[in-house]
Amino acid sequence: MGQVLALDSLLQDRRIWRGNTPTALSNNALATGHADLDDALPSNGWMEASLTEILIAHDGIGELSLVLPILAKLSQQQKPIVLIAPPYRPYAPAWQNSGVRLSQLHVIHAQPKEALWAMEQALRSGSCGAVLGWPMKADDKSLRRLQVAAETGHTLGFAFRSISAESNPSPAPVRLSLKGTASTPELRLIKCRGANAPARAISYSPHLRH
Amino acid sequence: MLLRARFRIRLTYDIDAGHTMLWACLLLPHLALDGVLRRHPTPHLPLVLVGGPQQRRVLLDVNEAASNAGLHPGQSLNAAHAILQHFIAIDHDPRLDERMRRFLAAFAYRYSSMVSLEGDDAIVLEVEASLSLFGPWPQFEARLREDLNALGFQHRIAMAPTPLGACVLAIAQDGMAISEDEHLRNALGRMPVSLSRLPEKIITALNATGIRQLKQLFALPRDALARRFTPALLSHLDRMTGVQSDPRELYRPPDVFEEHIELNYDIEHHPALLFPIKRLVNDLAAYLAGRDGGVQRFIIALEHENFPDTHITVGLLSAERDGARLFDLAKSRLEHTTIPEPVRGLRLIARELPPFVPAGRDLFDERPALALPWEALRDRFRARLGSDAVYQLNLHPDPRPEKTLRITPQLKKEPEVLLLPPRPTWLLDHPIPLRDYDLRILSGPERIESGWWDGGDVRRDYYVVQTSQGQRAWAFQPAGVNDGAWMLHGWFA
Repeated sequence: MGQVLALDSLLQDRRIWRGNTPTALSNNALATGHADLDDALPSNGWMEASLTEILIAHDGIGELSLVLPILAKLSQQQKPIVLIAPPYRPYAPAWQNSGVRLSQLHVIHAQPKEALWAMEQALRSGSCGAVLGWPMKADDKSLRRLQVAAETGHTLGFAFRSISAESNPSPAPVRLSLKGTASTPELRLIKCRGANAPARAISYSPHLRH
Repeated sequence: MLLRARFRIRLTYDIDAGHTMLWACLLLPHLALDGVLRRHPTPHLPLVLVGGPQQRRVLLDVNEAASNAGLHPGQSLNAAHAILQHFIAIDHDPRLDERMRRFLAAFAYRYSSMVSLEGDDAIVLEVEASLSLFGPWPQFEARLREDLNALGFQHRIAMAPTPLGACVLAIAQDGMAISEDEHLRNALGRMPVSLSRLPEKIITALNATGIRQLKQLFALPRDALARRFTPALLSHLDRMTGVQSDPRELYRPPDVFEEHIELNYDIEHHPALLFPIKRLVNDLAAYLAGRDGGVQRFIIALEHENFPDTHITVGLLSAERDGARLFDLAKSRLEHTTIPEPVRGLRLIARELPPFVPAGRDLFDERPALALPWEALRDRFRARLGSDAVYQLNLHPDPRPEKTLRITPQLKKEPEVLLLPPRPTWLLDHPIPLRDYDLRILSGPERIESGWWDGGDVRRDYYVVQTSQGQRAWAFQPAGVNDGAWMLHGWFA
């Protein structure tokens, strides 16, 4: 071990687990736009250059509202936003209303088998602001590939999957679960690299803006 | 006489003062053979090029393997068969030579605006004007050699102040470079007359009179030479030494790229087609670089014996000229093509050749080393997933939700914002029944009534509802009806 590493950079890399005191980074460019979620995440926002897994119980419980603020921000910086194999048609007026520039929004229609390929390509290319994918058949290995691609391409990646995958191990550094309830949806941080995932649900009200 | 010649040299020098020219000659001694070999799947096996009348077929050129086996040009085909049992004999096709010459001229055009064909086996290009761009001659020469090697052509290169002079030097010794008229004259003087590119008849006659070296020829009285031989001889010598200017017909690149490969065997499977296609696409890339352009669309036609050609069209959204990238796209298109019959030949045709505008990049752009620009990524998706698989969303001011969205391959400018009541982020292509025991209405109704004029009649009352699962839905009932038969049209995700 002749190598000398600065403690700061090690901590900021979030490769070291720090218990309950997350490293606070100020002025995060990747703030989620949801104050409570920002507080819960050790990176104070979406973790850059990595894959975030969002596990949802049903469609339409606020899974897109989670990412729309960052998508709006990135698209306004003229970075392409790529949706790969979305389950429905993105309804452009609502996306535009949330601040997403439609000229930067690209939709890719792909079969489940091709969707993983397309997602990996887009993440690896390094030319996209964010890549959102709905991989139907993603296993541990393919998620690992996506994570490596996101690191290589230095791109923000989101994989939307069913909550049934919650108990499976996953190489994604950040995992969120979203369940619908009668009142507001229940958002939980299942895993986040570099800190303990909080045990309680994060308060999240996606529909306030309507 | 010599004095006069010197005087003339001065004169032309004065006229041309300010822009002396330097010509490089690319001599291609095995043009015909290389043209065949570079497209052959097994260039390492003995292969010969055959020509001549049917009764007496002669080897015109042989590749290295054949040469090692003892075959040599000029041998009769029968003699060759006696020496070596198995070798590939290919008929010499002058049309292929012509195409190769044109192709190489297009290649040379990348380096100079003055490119000319010299005889059957050489290309000359003016390099003086290009030196400032491509570096000093040794560097420039290395670059030319590297490119010619990559294209698969054996070559000899020389440089001199005159095109003919450069050719003679290239024949005599590979790699010679002379930039002064005086030195050129001296160097040429030492060359045998046989290399002078004079007509065969004159060379024989000169040799018969005991003139072996060019310097002997230079020393002879000019008027006597003109009387004894033709004045064309003098003109040839003057152009070679730079006494007389050498006006040439310059090469002009065509506006269409079309290349053809004849296969001498049948190909039935995709992988075997990749090699010839790669050659074609690389040639296209070399041609594009030469005219500083890109390609927007090209067609690869697979020719069959008794079946119409199979066309593989590769279309791009923006002009591209990178060989590897074009091949990538062609490859993925090919994988989706069914081949009805064995392929006998291939053609690549590119007509849409717009100017190529390299993507602007910030000098301080922090991007990963292997980054692929979005345009290239998009074309890769289109090639593998189909042209319709990649799209953008445009807005159209129509009250009917399903008509508001317009799918377009490329959105040029940001559409105007539509001012609408809350709209869902997901829309279902076709509304489906929504059944839930505990549906709560959050807002509504919003009546959308339109389309009676175009047959797409819509009369609906839209509500924002929440399901028992906590989902927020955009659902409707027929206008004025309130029977609980909800149709789901979108999700507020």
